[in-house]
Parts: sequence; C-alpha cells; structure tokens
Amino acid sequence: MLRTSLAYFCIAVVAVFAADISISTLDPWLELKKLGLGFLTPDFFSLPEFGEALRNTVSFALIGIVLAVIFGSVLSLFFEYTAVRLFCAFIRSIHELFWAFIFMPITGLNSLCGILAIAIPYAGIFAKVYAEIRQESDQRPAEALPENTSRVSGFLYATLPVIYHDLKNYTSYRFECALRSSAILGFIGLPTLGYHLETAFREGMYNEAAALLYSFFLLILSIRFWARPKIIAIPIIAAVLVTSWDATLSLANIIRFFTYDILPWPMRAEGFYAGTQTVTLPVGEIFHWLQNITVTNILPGIWSTVLLTQIALVSTAVFTLASFAFASRRFFTPAVTGPTHLALVVLRTTPEYILAYIFLQLWGPSMLPAVFALFLHNGAILAYLTARNVNQLELPFDGSASRINRYFYEVLPRCYGQFLAFLFYRWEVIMRESAILGILGITTLGHFIDSAISRDHLDTALLLICVTAVLNMLIDSLSQRIRKRLHISAHLAAGISP
Amino acid sequence: MCTDITMNARMAVSKELLALHGEDISYSDFVALKGISLSISAGEKVALIGQSGAGKTTLLRRLYQLNPAECAFIHQHHALVAQLTVFHNIYMGQLDAHSIFQNLRNLVRPSRKYIDEIVPIARQLGLEDKLFTRVGELSGGQQQRVGIGRALYRGGSILMADEPVSSLDMVQREEIMACIVSAGQTVVSSMHSINLSQRYFQRIIGLKDRSVFFDLPVDCVTDDLLSELYC
Repeated sequence: MLRTSLAYFCIAVVAVFAADISISTLDPWLELKKLGLGFLTPDFFSLPEFGEALRNTVSFALIGIVLAVIFGSVLSLFFEYTAVRLFCAFIRSIHELFWAFIFMPITGLNSLCGILAIAIPYAGIFAKVYAEIRQESDQRPAEALPENTSRVSGFLYATLPVIYHDLKNYTSYRFECALRSSAILGFIGLPTLGYHLETAFREGMYNEAAALLYSFFLLILSIRFWARPKIIAIPIIAAVLVTSWDATLSLANIIRFFTYDILPWPMRAEGFYAGTQTVTLPVGEIFHWLQNITVTNILPGIWSTVLLTQIALVSTAVFTLASFAFASRRFFTPAVTGPTHLALVVLRTTPEYILAYIFLQLWGPSMLPAVFALFLHNGAILAYLTARNVNQLELPFDGSASRINRYFYEVLPRCYGQFLAFLFYRWEVIMRESAILGILGITTLGHFIDSAISRDHLDTALLLICVTAVLNMLIDSLSQRIRKRLHISAHLAAGISP
Repeated sequence: MCTDITMNARMAVSKELLALHGEDISYSDFVALKGISLSISAGEKVALIGQSGAGKTTLLRRLYQLNPAECAFIHQHHALVAQLTVFHNIYMGQLDAHSIFQNLRNLVRPSRKYIDEIVPIARQLGLEDKLFTRVGELSGGQQQRVGIGRALYRGGSILMADEPVSSLDMVQREEIMACIVSAGQTVVSSMHSINLSQRYFQRIIGLKDRSVFFDLPVDCVTDDLLSELYC
C-alpha cells in the first residue's frame, strides 16, 4: 500500500515538471481582491432575472435523474451480462458536457439536450451502483422465501425492502451531483445557471456571480426539504410542466447524423464536392485522416489529460490527508471542526468546472487552475468522508495526548486503506473532469473536442469523445485491479459513495 | 477458609496506591457509578466482576486516571492498530515519552535502540519471531499478548486490564491470565469469568446496581454472594 502510494507520488512529481504550470495574469492579487469584494457584497437584486435559469437547472436535473433511475434500474437487473456492463461503462465514461455536445446537432440547444445529457451517463452510473447494492445486500431473506415465489414478488418482499435505504441515499446523493452537472451545462450554452455565471465572471461582475453561486448553494442545501420520497412527485410534475418542450426533432435529421455527419470526412468528401452527398470508402485516405488526428489531437490530448489527472490525483490525496484531521472530532473541538466542515461543504458543493473557471480568471491559462479546482473539490469530498470514518473509530482513552502522535500511530494506519480506496474510486472521476476542463483552454482532450465542435467537425469530435471514453474505462479497470490487489474497499457506508 | 483482613489493616501493611472515597463517577459514553469507596495497595491482585453494564469499565477508567503515570492499561479490543507491526504496537506504550520527531522516524524506520528495548519483552511473551508481523495477521491470543507487551513497555507499577481474555478460547485464557498476573506487580482487572477470577486473583470486587456490592478476599466470596451478584 505504501509502495503504491510512493510510486504514484513520484509519477506526479515528474508530471509537474512536464506540465505547463504558471501564473500568467499581470496582477493576480488585484483580481483576487475584486473577486473577494464581490463575494462579500453579493447582488441579490439581480436574481429575479435569473429565475428561469434556476428553474431550468432544477428541472433538467430532476427529469434527467428520473429517466436515469428508470433506465438504470432496468439495466441493473441485467448487469451480470458482460455486454450490459460494457455498455454501462461506456455511457458513464462520457461526461455530461460531451453528451450535450453530441446531442446539440440533433436536438439543438434546448431542454431535451440538457435532460438527455444528464440522463444517459447517470443511467450508466445507477445501473452499476444499484447492481452492486443488490449483490452486496443481505441475501438471506430472499433465500428463505417459499419455493415457488415469483421473481417479482420475491424482489418486492425480500430484496427491495432490504436495499431500499441504500438506494434512496445513493440516488439523493446523485441528485445533488446532477444539479451540479445541470448548472455547468450552462457554460456551453444551455439555459441553466452556468450560462449566467459564465457571463458574470467573464465581464467581471463578481457581485452578480456571487449571488448566483450563493443561490446555487442554497438550492443544494434545500434539497433535503423538498426532494423527499413522499413528496417527490410534486417537484417532478412541476418540472415537467415548466420545462419548454419545443424541440423539433426530425427523424431525417437523426438518421442523417448517425449515417452521414459523423462519418470520417474522407468518406464524405467526394460526395460533398460533387453535391450528391454520397458516401465512399477510400481506405487509404481514411487511414491518413486517422493518422493525422492521432498525431495532432489524440496523442497530445491524452498526454495532457493523463498528466493533469496524475497531478490532480496526488494533490487530492495530499490535500485530504492534510485537512481531514481538522474536520474530525477525534482531533479538534467543534470550534475547529465546525468552520472546517463549512469550508469543505462549500468546496464540494461548487462544481470543479466553476472552481477552475474562477482560478482561470485569477491566474490565466495553464494547468494550475485545473489542478487547484480538481484537488479542492475532490479533496473536500474525500476529507469529509475520511473525517466521518475517523469519527467512528474507537480510540483507547490512554493513548498519546499529542495530536501528531495520534494522527500517525493511531488514526492514519487505521484509515489509510479506506482512504486509498476512496481515492482510487475518485481516479476515474478526476480523469473525466481533467478531460472536460480542456474546454477552458488547457490542452487536455476536452480542448480538442471543443475546437472540433466549434469548427463543425463532428467526425473528429465523436472520435475524440470515444477515445476519451476508452481512456476512462481503462483507468476505471486499472483502479479496480489496484483496489483488489491492495485488498481495499470503500463500501457504500451510509449512502455516500465517493 | 475465609481470612478477611479489614481495609484498615491491609492499608497498614503495605503502601496504598489508588483510593476513592465515596465518589460518583460518570463519563459521557459509559455507565455511571454512585458513591464508590475503595483502596488498592501495592502488590494486590484485584478482580472486578459484575453483570455487563454494572460499570466495570467506568471504574477501571477512573482508577487509571487517579495515577496515569503509574498505570498501564490492557484493553479489551480496538486498542491495537491492526495495520502496524507488533514492534510498533508495543512501542506505542511509550509514545508520550519520546519526541514527535523520534516517533515519526521510528514509524518509517524502526530504530535499533527501541528494537533492543522491545525484543526482551517480545521474547518474554513468545512474540520474538513475530516482531515485524502486522498485528492484523496474528491470532486472537497473540494479539492479546501484544496488548500486554504494550502495557509492559509502558512500565509503571500498576497493570490494569479490561476483560483481557473474554474473546479467547479456553487454552489461551489460562495462558494469558497467567501472563498478566505474573507481569504486573499490582494488577487490577475486570473479569468475565468467575472461575478465572477466583483462581488468578486474591481479592474480588463485585459491582451491582452501579455501586460496590462486595469487596472481599477471594476465599470469602461465597456461591450465595455470587448468585446474588448476578441475579
């Protein structure tokens, strides 16, 4: 375990030298001062004009999650089939923003695009986690049923009640994530909070940005009051009613997208210039096209994405290990743990995309803003989970009075395995985000996807998205293998999974 | 035959180490006790018995706090760090006696000096060949011996234990009890088994209804008293 940790640490140190990390703004402190001032004086009067964006943020997330729960549940029942598992791994390895890129040409920039962009990857996530919850649940009630009980009745009586609590907790945790996804979909033009946040930040109207961000925090905090199983039907119906469904879907368009637009350009070139739109199969030119994209986009994109991922992963670990003690009652009194918790909640509630955007405004384009955004957001989640585990440890009352002794001898050895499991779970998430942050300008895969989309090269964009997905699936399976080898697991204790 | 010496007489013979005078004891997470008076002198081997929830752990914890510098505590469970080696777990008995820098260095790279101090203790407990094995890989009996090792390394004249053998099998119980009573000059231990208490200790304190029900030399503890204690 220690050897693995050290190896990852060394890789990250080497990566830091290879990465482009710098502060390029002329006066980062001035910008920070303006930002701080803005966040102290939020302009709540500007909020009414953003009412629609807030409403869209909630309704996209809510409808998206409902669809994801439905499809995810169905898929989870067939999760023992390799094909289903691979399919789910594939759809969840593509980030919500990339799904939105894919749907944009078909549906346009509207509610349907936003909802599908959330529903599809979350369905893949639910399928996996629901299946895991079912497999790890207590099987004895189901085994004790009478011989001829039908599968459906058996499920309803002896399985669902056992796993309901875990399902509910996990789903509501994911709903919070979906609200974050929904908000950042605005950054690429959908009518949610991110759209206005981007404008406010770009134009330096920090008190407006602060008001938007604070209302987003309140929204997340308020989930527990209105997103309850007993009354959830009301917000869902309301969401369906307020959402504008004026997307014009033409079947011809969809067919054209899948059978023409996304085909490699050399296949379309001849027909395009002839005006006939016929498709040909010039193998040599396709190979050349592929080679060209590999050299100019795929390889540099993968290189940057992996560099950023490894640096962010290890920074997340360092941040977590340095901060969790301050959030744990085993080390400090509520006078310290309280404020620490508040800071951690703010950091994990703010989507990393928004954090990266803010740091980008402060420090200018390099990997630095992305690294900070990733380790602050992910580190806050891991520190919260680790502190919670540590609070449950029973430490002997005659242990050392020194906090440092307690940290290194009593606490760290006990919680390190679980911490590492959480971190390796997070690896795949960090990688997904590293790719996405390319949209903000660093040269990870997202950057090349974004520029292909803006040049209307759907073929290139889709190829790059698939490459990103495969890279993500590789990281996922590598992480699983490492967790297995180290015999560590992070169970879905109390519902919150990393 | 019952040879009851009065409390005063016993105190006159040897030095009093720990004493409580009509004290009410409560901790947030333990059973509270009322009006506890007792005194423990050097060289005594005292067993605490009583139903679970009677307050044995509370009393032990209070006695420990009367003189932490002279007491070493063997816990029931949770106290050993399964992920660390036998060496480190024993070393933890002296964490407070060494500087933080020394502790950190010894965690990363066990220092010769401390190995030399700990090897004799491990040998005495039959753990010499397991010194750098992780505690999580040991059997229950071996783990409990590591706990004793930590208490021995900590030093002090009073050895305390909280039901040290309740999770072990019959053979290991005898072995560990013999080890504990011979390791400490003065021993105070809560016990699950009456039989073991009568064989390994000279004095038995029975706790019931959150106070001391009896406090007698072992041969004065009758079956009637015991059945009343556990009823």
